[in-house]
Amino acid sequence: MAENTPILQTVDVNHSFGMVVAADNLNVTIDSGEMIGIVGANGSGKTTFLNLITGYITPNSGRVLLMGQDITGLPPRSVTKLGVARSFQIPQLYTSMTVLEGMLLSLAAAAGEAGSFWEPIHRGTWKSEGLATLESFGLDAYADRNVGELPEGSRKLLDIALSFALKPKLLLMDEPTSGVSVEDKFQVMDTLVKVLQQSDITAIFVEHDMEVIERYSERVLVFGTGRVIADGAPEQVLASPEVKETVLGHV
Amino acid sequence: MNLLTFPRAALVASALLVLTPLFVPGWIIFIITKALFLSIAVMGVAVLLRGGLLTFGHALYYATGAYAVGFSVKWLGIHELLLLIPLGALAGLAMAALVGLIMARYREVFFAMLNLAFSMMLFGALLKFYNITGGSDGLTIGTATLFGAELEPDSFGFYYFSLAIVGIVSFVVCRFMASPLGYFLRALHDNEIRMEYSGVAVRQVVYKTYLLAGTLGGVSGVLAAFAIGHIVPEDAFWIQSGEFVFVALLGGFGGVPGPLMGALVFEFIQTYASKYFPLAWQMTLGIIMLVVILFQPGGLWAIYKKVEQRLGRKGKGDEDG
Repeated sequence: MAENTPILQTVDVNHSFGMVVAADNLNVTIDSGEMIGIVGANGSGKTTFLNLITGYITPNSGRVLLMGQDITGLPPRSVTKLGVARSFQIPQLYTSMTVLEGMLLSLAAAAGEAGSFWEPIHRGTWKSEGLATLESFGLDAYADRNVGELPEGSRKLLDIALSFALKPKLLLMDEPTSGVSVEDKFQVMDTLVKVLQQSDITAIFVEHDMEVIERYSERVLVFGTGRVIADGAPEQVLASPEVKETVLGHV
Repeated sequence: MNLLTFPRAALVASALLVLTPLFVPGWIIFIITKALFLSIAVMGVAVLLRGGLLTFGHALYYATGAYAVGFSVKWLGIHELLLLIPLGALAGLAMAALVGLIMARYREVFFAMLNLAFSMMLFGALLKFYNITGGSDGLTIGTATLFGAELEPDSFGFYYFSLAIVGIVSFVVCRFMASPLGYFLRALHDNEIRMEYSGVAVRQVVYKTYLLAGTLGGVSGVLAAFAIGHIVPEDAFWIQSGEFVFVALLGGFGGVPGPLMGALVFEFIQTYASKYFPLAWQMTLGIIMLVVILFQPGGLWAIYKKVEQRLGRKGKGDEDG
């Protein structure tokens, strides 16, 4: 990999759902180590952007490059294996299991041992690694609880922790603070930023909350009807009247 | 529940299964033997149920194992259990490897009914190709041998051999359920999206589990063929498959103990119900199923766990007092 190859690049990506254009000639370049926030009104194509990158949706045209490699059309599990993990707006958890067991599954998957059927999943190395990861996300107290018992903010964090444990190069987070109480959202984000800073993961998060975007992203992409209408440092981008109008619906 | 954490219950159960034949008449030994081989097929069904995969066609593998024995006896004159158990296992595995290629793509009602369809195709074939299969008359199997010595179906020898096989199968199933694959099987029921986004090939999880279930069906069929001494196309019929599902629900499909408990209770109910209500024993089964689903959907094993928990709490309470 050349020094300056971007970790992610979309080249002329187009996609529409019937009459609705969700990606309109998207050309986005993401460099390694960035913490990128994505904002935009409902229906502006933010989640579609994540779905296009992860292979959940194959674009009508255009290419998605991961570290220079063309991943267009690959299914999510292959894209994940290549180093892209994501969390969801509605947390996708293993509902019948404990928090730690969920972590063990991520660690087993990361080790390429999802299909092994003899050695138990409860093994020392994975357990201590899983507990350490839970601790860094502030979830260690819940390790032996069923995921159904977690408060919403913790469910969000666990969803991200499960993706983080896959040891991705690029982590996509879909609204990490939605459904989280106003008091808790900064705590959730502080935890995230701290964990991410200790890794070399490039992170993209979709967010509705302007305060969160302003405080935590190094670069902001503003989406409007499938296009990036602004791109830059948060204080510049969010100050622009056009952005305010598009995102907030009024000035 | 971690499947490796009930050594006490497992020990008690093993001791009971080892000792009981010494104190009961031959016909009861035979009922327990039937429960033993039934439980092996049911474990296959139960493992699939753990992943939310319901099959109404598992008799396909049971019959595959049984007819593998039938053909070995008919054409090769082999009665040796030490050869035929692996052969039955292989036959079940091979059948599952083939059918599983299709099954791994389906879930829920499609999975259930496609399995049914395949088992009924085998049923039809067994019925039609009568010069090979004996048609509706089936095949007579005769007596099994172990290291060349004959083992009558109601003998201690056959019982303990079956018990040993159940022991091995239980161990394998426990290891499977506690492994990453076993957990991803449960995850299949929980959240397929999270699995896909963990880089896990969901179909492979289904396929590998299906191989295990098919193999167990084959092993069960071998023991059944020798225990009953006669095999018929009905071994592949949907009623047989339904029985496996029934027992899995009756016992609970949490792991190994459920199918074993379910099979034991089922065989005794069947025996006694057909003795006292000869024309209505299915109704007895129906009522019991109704009661289980209404009051304890986790099956007999869940009832046992509840009782154990309550006793444990009581015991602790006494100590505190």
